[in-house]
Amino acid sequence: MPGLLSKPAPPSEDKRWRIVEATMRRNGYAPHALIETLHSIQETFGYLDEASMRYTAASLRVPLSKVYGVATFYHFFALKPQGKHVCVVCMGTSCYIKGAGTLLETVEKEYGIRAGETTPDGEISLLKARCIGSCGLAPACVLDGVVAPKVTPENLLERLKELTGQPAAAQKNGASKP
Amino acid sequence: MNLDELQKMAEQEREVKEGQPQKIRVCMGTGCVASFSDRVLQALNEKCKEMGLERDVLRLEVGCLGLCSNGPLVKVDKHNTLYQHVTPEDVPTILESLKEGPGEGDICPTDLPFFTRQQKIVLENSGVINPDQIEEYIAADGYLALLTAVSQMSPTEVIAEITHSGLRGRGGAGYPTGLKWNTVAKAPSEKKYVICNGDEGDPGAFMDRSVMEDDPHRVLEGMAIAAYAVGADQGYIYVRAEYPRAIKRLKTAINRAERLGLLGKNIGGTPFSFHVEVRVGAGAFVCGEETALIASIEGHRGQPRPRPPYPAQSGLWGFPTLINNVETFANVPSIIRRGAAWFAGIGTEKSKGTKVFCLTGAVAHTGLIEVPMGITLREIVFDIGGGIPNGRKFKAVQTGGPSGGCIPEQFLDMPVDYDSLKSVGSIMGSGGMIVIDDSSCMVDVAKYFMEFCMSESCGKCIPCRVGTAQMYHLLQQITAGEATMTELALLEELCEMVRDTSLCGLGQSAPNPVISTLRFFREEYLAHIQERRCPAGVCPITATEGVLSHA
Amino acid sequence: MPDATALYQVVTLVINGVEISARSDQTIMQAAEENEIEIPGLCHLTGLKDIGACRLCVVEVKGAPRLVPSCVTRVAEGMEIFTHSERVVNYRRTILEMLYAERNHVCSVCVSNGHCDLQALALKCGLEYVHLPYMTPRLKIDASHDRFVYDPNRCVLCTRCVRVCDEIEGAHTWDVMGRGIEARVVTDLGQPWGESETCTGCGKCVHVCPTGALFEKGKSVAEMEKRRQFLPYLTVMREVKR
Repeated sequence: MPGLLSKPAPPSEDKRWRIVEATMRRNGYAPHALIETLHSIQETFGYLDEASMRYTAASLRVPLSKVYGVATFYHFFALKPQGKHVCVVCMGTSCYIKGAGTLLETVEKEYGIRAGETTPDGEISLLKARCIGSCGLAPACVLDGVVAPKVTPENLLERLKELTGQPAAAQKNGASKP
Repeated sequence: MNLDELQKMAEQEREVKEGQPQKIRVCMGTGCVASFSDRVLQALNEKCKEMGLERDVLRLEVGCLGLCSNGPLVKVDKHNTLYQHVTPEDVPTILESLKEGPGEGDICPTDLPFFTRQQKIVLENSGVINPDQIEEYIAADGYLALLTAVSQMSPTEVIAEITHSGLRGRGGAGYPTGLKWNTVAKAPSEKKYVICNGDEGDPGAFMDRSVMEDDPHRVLEGMAIAAYAVGADQGYIYVRAEYPRAIKRLKTAINRAERLGLLGKNIGGTPFSFHVEVRVGAGAFVCGEETALIASIEGHRGQPRPRPPYPAQSGLWGFPTLINNVETFANVPSIIRRGAAWFAGIGTEKSKGTKVFCLTGAVAHTGLIEVPMGITLREIVFDIGGGIPNGRKFKAVQTGGPSGGCIPEQFLDMPVDYDSLKSVGSIMGSGGMIVIDDSSCMVDVAKYFMEFCMSESCGKCIPCRVGTAQMYHLLQQITAGEATMTELALLEELCEMVRDTSLCGLGQSAPNPVISTLRFFREEYLAHIQERRCPAGVCPITATEGVLSHA
Repeated sequence: MPDATALYQVVTLVINGVEISARSDQTIMQAAEENEIEIPGLCHLTGLKDIGACRLCVVEVKGAPRLVPSCVTRVAEGMEIFTHSERVVNYRRTILEMLYAERNHVCSVCVSNGHCDLQALALKCGLEYVHLPYMTPRLKIDASHDRFVYDPNRCVLCTRCVRVCDEIEGAHTWDVMGRGIEARVVTDLGQPWGESETCTGCGKCVHVCPTGALFEKGKSVAEMEKRRQFLPYLTVMREVKR
């Protein structure tokens, strides 16, 4: 494995690697900074690819299989790029008993993807969350990082269409506003 | 900063506050922000500028005001009015009311039992102070307990105070806090750690998030007092990645406190030093288990290990480690400040103080509440929660999340404390309280929790890894109307086996929701099996499912 | 009188009604073994660090609120232990059933038939039939390595391979990916074993594997015998060097 003894070079010229570098430096390149480093990569690049995991392993001197084991253990880490827009349906208890299951099914049907998948055009990723802690507003979704309270299947689809800039106008004309 | 300087600063800060004539508090808790309270605040700022009221009206961004279901909430101090469902269009009306008194607008009565029946210790500053301003926390007697402890009390005295207060762990199991501190204090080691468990993973629970977001200094102060008591100089606060606002607030708070010498080196000018770092979880419920949490901080897969040795003897990197939950630490400053006797005077004989609950589900008022231990479930659901809406009938209260159980109607008058909840097959848990009405199917609820445990199982031990999947499969068969009494018997057998043989708390408690629904709602299981029908009409009894997928 | 300078003391305890003495630094399993009481175990292998994961070795200790894993629990003065109570024996059988139901353990076509720890345990624990529904996953076999094959269908996730590779060989080629019922042992970044940059090809993992999940190429049904003498040998040699 080249670069194990000397300090390994980042996978690309991309300047954003400096952010990841800084995280590792702050933690003294200690092996225990693995999760922090993976967080930093995901925050910066959106997901963890093979090159970034190799770089992390070499920099922190952690075995490759351990990096992979950790990256796949924690559901927060994605090994594939996410869609342009992310729709998270909260499946916490309150949301579940108030119909989160139906919300999920609605999106799955409309876009032909299952939770954890991205549409083939890379527009929307659909994710399930364990509990986003907005139980007072159940059922809730998170659309591109913004919590949407008291969601119904109808207004969820409408908002997703707005996000993707698809012919939402045509849809809106037909449907009355809730 | 020493004790005198702190008190002087608090005094000054309070004077400044008094001088401000008008105060409007805008709730910036996650719940209200989700209902766009940030737009309300923006409109308020613009309008004040427009009307030249910038100096006369103090606009405060505060933490959760509690009643999330009616957000965004805005509170006007002058006439003590709480406006609910506020939109930017309501801002002129609210500003108008400063002159005229409250007239129009959607006003939420503040004499609702939702507000009057609560007793606030942990949440005393929530909705009152701006969490990003350390001065406001100091004005509310913040860090007084810490500086008093480090300058006037010995570690033994601090532990004695916590022991006498009767405080028990708020993470769920209710282990006496003083006893835990004492064990760590006695462990012979040069290096010790304090960890705050903010990996609140129970679905339907967000108490700890609120405390960390609304009053981060309270948690840090509690940790620092604990560190002083047990002899630790380094601490970690482990927060779920799902709580970005809490992470940001805590990081800001640590920064500010260090700058004032209230954390970091030589706190309050004494030899005691304590450094805190935030560690961010990455989406694994099992990391709420203390040994898994430690593994995660060390950068490993979050898998629990057998105990003993307990973290108090061998924890983070093998050193004695004190782990307490957010709410436990948040109680500590008040106990030191107001005395053990005061705290012990609240609650029941064996469960002291208050408990924060997230009241959600089928109740009229959902949100965050803090009540004295020993209050009855009926008071919580029907008085504070305002009863079951939509003409529905009460069926059960679920407490303790996936480790807890469902409590039926006949126990509504039972006091809420650790031991009573345990006696009916549930647990206090971290504080999720989900009210279930007759539109929900209890078998479906049990299946929901089993699916949760199955996908959150770390996979290390066989009973939990395979057992949860097997039990989920059996529950799927029952809800699909494909099961016979043989499957039910097998389910009960597996419940017992998984409970008794699993390695950690997750597996040991995973069968609880099934055991408790079988105990109180067995007839619903039987209806699915013998009559092939779902009494609540939730389960689609189609007999098409039945193959355990491995996708 | 116990030697005050020693790190351990001698304790007396009762296992299955028989009074025995043991060193206080021994585990229940070690103490039992010395007294010819066999406690079944699967993730346990002498020479590797114990993790208390398979739960087959759980025993009842009088006064303890829970069953305890005997491979990681130290003996203590006055302990009263039952290694084969009816409850424990039944639980062990269910744990084995769970393993048989989890993956595809079809002995008649397995290279390890007759030399398999899982099979031996099933015989010893009196497992006659599996009353849990089989999950029958279809997992891809990895035969990319020159000399070895990994068949996840036979894997019981005991992590002996992971530990031997990390603790003894020092390569840490193996680890576990995913979690829960989806967990799998993998090499490096989950790529085929044959493409691993860290594997030294030493074969220790193959020989500590309790089942036919890891085996040598070219072996036919029932031909894969595992040789594990190296493990106690290496452990002792390393202790001498230290």
